[in-house]
Amino acid sequence: MSGNKEGALDTYTVPTAPFRPGDEADFGGSWKEQPGDLNRPDPIDCNSNDTYDHAHGLIRVLGDDNSASGDWNPDLDAEELIKGLELMMRLRIFDDRMIKMQRTGKLSFYMRSFGEEAIAIAQTMALDDTDWIFPSYRQPGAQFVRGRDMVSMICHCIGNTEDNIRGRQMPVHYSWKEGYFISISSPVGTQFSQAVGVAMASAYKGEDQATITWLGDGTSAQGDFHYGLNFASVFKPPVILNVVNNQWAISTHRNLATGGSNFAARGLAYDIPSLRVDGNDFLALYSVTKWARERARAGKGATYIEVYTYRAGAHSSSDDPSRYRPGDEFKCWPGGDPVDRLKNHLISIGAWSEEKNAELTEKIDSEVMAAYKEACKFGDLASGPYPPASTIFTEVYETVPWHVQEQREELGK
Amino acid sequence: MTEMNMIQSLNSALDNALETDKNVVIFGEDVGYFGGVFRVTDGLQEKHGDHRVFDAPLAEGGIAAIAFGMGLNGLRPVAEIQFADYIFPAYDQIVNEIAKLRHRSGGEFSTPVTIRTPAGGGIKGGHHHSQSPESQFTHTPGLKVVYCSNPNNAKGLLTSSIECNDPVIFFEPKRCYRGPFYGDPHNVPTWKGHAKADVPEGHYAIPLEKADIVMEGDACTVIAWGAMVHVAEQGIRNSGINAELIDLQTLVPWDRDTIVNSVRKTGRCVIVHEAPKTSGFGAEMSASIQERCFWHLEAPIIRVTGWDTPFPHTTEWDYIPSPERIAEAIKKTQEA
Repeated sequence: MSGNKEGALDTYTVPTAPFRPGDEADFGGSWKEQPGDLNRPDPIDCNSNDTYDHAHGLIRVLGDDNSASGDWNPDLDAEELIKGLELMMRLRIFDDRMIKMQRTGKLSFYMRSFGEEAIAIAQTMALDDTDWIFPSYRQPGAQFVRGRDMVSMICHCIGNTEDNIRGRQMPVHYSWKEGYFISISSPVGTQFSQAVGVAMASAYKGEDQATITWLGDGTSAQGDFHYGLNFASVFKPPVILNVVNNQWAISTHRNLATGGSNFAARGLAYDIPSLRVDGNDFLALYSVTKWARERARAGKGATYIEVYTYRAGAHSSSDDPSRYRPGDEFKCWPGGDPVDRLKNHLISIGAWSEEKNAELTEKIDSEVMAAYKEACKFGDLASGPYPPASTIFTEVYETVPWHVQEQREELGK
Repeated sequence: MTEMNMIQSLNSALDNALETDKNVVIFGEDVGYFGGVFRVTDGLQEKHGDHRVFDAPLAEGGIAAIAFGMGLNGLRPVAEIQFADYIFPAYDQIVNEIAKLRHRSGGEFSTPVTIRTPAGGGIKGGHHHSQSPESQFTHTPGLKVVYCSNPNNAKGLLTSSIECNDPVIFFEPKRCYRGPFYGDPHNVPTWKGHAKADVPEGHYAIPLEKADIVMEGDACTVIAWGAMVHVAEQGIRNSGINAELIDLQTLVPWDRDTIVNSVRKTGRCVIVHEAPKTSGFGAEMSASIQERCFWHLEAPIIRVTGWDTPFPHTTEWDYIPSPERIAEAIKKTQEA
């Protein structure tokens, strides 16, 4: 493309996405990287150079034939795998119910984790129960792992009288201290650098407590991404830094977040051991997170992980991806569907069946439906009741200062 | 009581905070081994260890971010931003994150961060070592904004800021670190012999949200903060008018009762600040005072401020409010 002067030399580049509406998406069919390609370095002794191949390759455990193999196979028993599958299914069914609520005016807004369910579920399962979760808006699934009541989650999304954050933030901006799940904020990436401080505090107090955080490929263009990596590199706190490369930041393709195509290798430049993992492979995600947690426990500092995946759904309920990418692009993604892949693995080892899957789907569906009905008893978006207007003025400061109190009295509620 | 300059008293407050609360940690650019470019953290790393007092990478956004994270995980971080002019890379972390955490999480989380930062002109620092950005923070609900002016209130207010469970932006008038400033660049007094240079050793806190009546008077209320407190004192002397001088000390939340009582008594008011006039905190004070004191006012409220321009280098004495401008304003309030 040239600029405003015909025939002039114009040497800068404005990247575009590889496929646009009407194109046939082609990601090469299946991954060329295979389970077993990459060794599992000793997490305690390794340095960033030892992870060069892991940052440039792709760590997989689940093969295209649904078997689990290689050094990174975490050897989870069937019970744990079924738990992981159940949690992913629950997240997906929950998301589907919420988006239906949004479409019928019951929620103002919603964001699904569709296609990325394995990330928050597997990674949280690999952590200790008291490790800090510092999520972006695409990891609410961590709450399912730690057993948050769905009614409470839905009450938040509605913003009704039982919303634990009192209707102050948009849906999906959960906060759940009991589950060590830190309040989500909308400005993207701020949690990434903050998580380093959370981890430094745990280390300062002498607690064996790691902090995990995520941001997206698009957000990796923010300063906070650099702050997080650099402060983690310098201070070496027990933190697990993930960039979820799901190819899309609303309509902005990941090739506007980097001039290259690899996000994991960026960590090597910060001298942080860095891994690149198939984000649709439950077992590989679990395994790399366990590896990072071992490093944290041993006082070896940060681990940086590129979670390579595809945002199968819209960015949010306000987004229409058919405007900027082929509608079936996610079906061409070599990583496939993370839920199906774990299900197929369980079936292949004889621990699961389509019948059991259908039964579980139905059971979860009815539980989600019941939770939704229960949550609506505390108020719905159309008619309330909402939290009292007085909550506008509380918790701005520890106690209400005079000028805020005067304004509350002016409102008269 | 020990006679201290403001650097010594701030150092004493930090030293005491580190001693009394093991959750206090201090960090920022050059604050560790070197002790800070203004020497405020001198000796603290050696005394308290490098896990409690340490240098940070040169990234104000990152400094504010780790302060946020440490604060929500049980620590009481005191971060230094080396010059207030350099606080803006941290603005998102302060305004959207630190200020709003308690509210946005329904009170589940909070982060008692104190951010100390030297502000104001008078050191030939040009436009990027001289600004007074307090109104960039007074406009943000969730923050408390504190401005010290002398060794005594520097220690007392900093101690209270660190102990406060809300985040505090703590401005230090760098021109007054080593002595009061009366608006004459050729007259460079030290704090020696100044009443406000007497500072208690050990724990010393004075309450936030309270203004200090520096000089009592009945003809006009002069409100100032930071270095302008001393310039205003000189301005009042030059005017020959029996004005009351109030050091606001805490800008948010400001001391309504002290201000309102004074203006109702004097019927006249001059507000002095170094920051530019438009949308400066003087505008907020002026509006609030007229809402509360309109029927007691005998003359329009006058603001004497920095100009609505970038802060200059060699011509800074024509930028900073002078005793002469302040005296003129006080006289003008008497004409009505």
